[in-house]
Amino acid sequence: MSTVRLLIGTRKGAFILTSDGMRKKWDVSSPHFGGWEMYHLKGSPADPNRLYASQTSSWFGQIIQRSDDGGKTWETPGGEKIPGSYDPPAGVSNKFVYDTSAESGKPLTTHQHYDGTQRPWEFKRVWHLEPSLTDPDTVYAGVEDAALFRSTDGGQTWQELAGLRDAKGNLWQPGAGGMCLHTIMLDPGHPDRIFIAISAAGVFRSDDAGKSWRPVNKGLKSQYELPDPDAEVGHCVHRIAMHPSRPNVLFMQKHWDVMRSDDAGESWHEVSGNLPSDFGFPIDVHAHEPETVYVVPIKSDSEHFPPDGKLRVYRSRTGGSEWEALTKGLPQRDCYVNVLRDAMAVDSLDPCGLYFGTTGGQVYGSSDGGDSWAPIVRDLPAVLSVEVQTL
Amino acid sequence: MIAQPEPQSAVIRVVLPAHLRTLARVDGEVQIDVKHPMTQRAVLDALEARYPMLRGTVRDHVTLKRRAFVRFFACEQDLSHESPEAPLPDAVATGTEPFLIVGAMAGG
Repeated sequence: MSTVRLLIGTRKGAFILTSDGMRKKWDVSSPHFGGWEMYHLKGSPADPNRLYASQTSSWFGQIIQRSDDGGKTWETPGGEKIPGSYDPPAGVSNKFVYDTSAESGKPLTTHQHYDGTQRPWEFKRVWHLEPSLTDPDTVYAGVEDAALFRSTDGGQTWQELAGLRDAKGNLWQPGAGGMCLHTIMLDPGHPDRIFIAISAAGVFRSDDAGKSWRPVNKGLKSQYELPDPDAEVGHCVHRIAMHPSRPNVLFMQKHWDVMRSDDAGESWHEVSGNLPSDFGFPIDVHAHEPETVYVVPIKSDSEHFPPDGKLRVYRSRTGGSEWEALTKGLPQRDCYVNVLRDAMAVDSLDPCGLYFGTTGGQVYGSSDGGDSWAPIVRDLPAVLSVEVQTL
Repeated sequence: MIAQPEPQSAVIRVVLPAHLRTLARVDGEVQIDVKHPMTQRAVLDALEARYPMLRGTVRDHVTLKRRAFVRFFACEQDLSHESPEAPLPDAVATGTEPFLIVGAMAGG
């Protein structure tokens, strides 16, 4: 019998939810890192017991946590004491320093700010951790201010892939949620290809393992957000998703608009179709049906809650454009929660399971591809991220 | 009579905020051996050497500036804006009083 493990990041700690393959009864852990903002937790595809977690605080900054037993115990990588030494110790797993060296591609050192001035990059937090598909010790971190870092020693030390900021980084500017790199997708078909997405900058692609990058935003239109709606960079991409069997097909929830690319991001076209609102945050693809896509429409960018007080997941079985509301088991009145960009995930069982968390602290699950839903837990702190492991 | 050499270090008491005690896996106040001269920087250097997981949580990794929402108190004084090189109060330097690292009030 399979086991399903949900890794939930919230405003006040992390929670691990486990169930058997039936996905009816769930065990909810007590909080890990209680009181800290847990932006994201994710397991290594190469070693599911190796987990990485981003732990942050306005007071005490960034911490990286690592587990080698599926989240039972955790450590700060490399944080062990060096006996009898006053020398700088090894505790640098939370040290994210932007690369300003000449030999690494002359990275830009300033970006556009709200007031039109150029401002230096300043590290704030890790939004997303993406473990390598093949090596448990290699992991990528998407950070605010937007940049991509990589560790090849299990999170002990981090190096910036600074070529990304050469992709018109001087034109990036923070959106209301901060200038964050929130999505990292490793292409299983092309080991050197990486996609990333940045709020208020767009999607970027590397075909040389992160050394050089270019924007891939052709076809995106941001009529009310940008002076030039077709600009090469500046689009507020909220989330992108792919099916691993078909990595050239990408789906995007943009600030407004749900988009699709059939050529690895070279061009995009809109597939919002009959959605009640094409604003939203998460987007995900069914584990076994590459044309089945899920979004959670949110009323607008000025009202971050579902239309009509009804929490509805929308499913397209046609790769977009034709959408159906999934409502069974979800609140259909008086519901005004949001679902954030990293807070939806699919398992790989058959039938496919879906999970999402809300800013109201509920985690909902479906074990039948979205046809019906039930709350797994109702009263967690606001949910920032949901990941699932099928063990 | 032979003059006694000045001690090269002293044991300093440090009180950490709850979240950093959890991170460092300690209960109550910690006692750390600090080299002279007894300054704020010396205390933080010794604290981070003893508890490396605290690096970057009290002061920035690179600039070594105090994080914005962290405060340093001792002997009923706010030392947050003192120079990191300024001598600590004698009561702290002799271990009579603790050096307090505090998370700033959130307000609200």
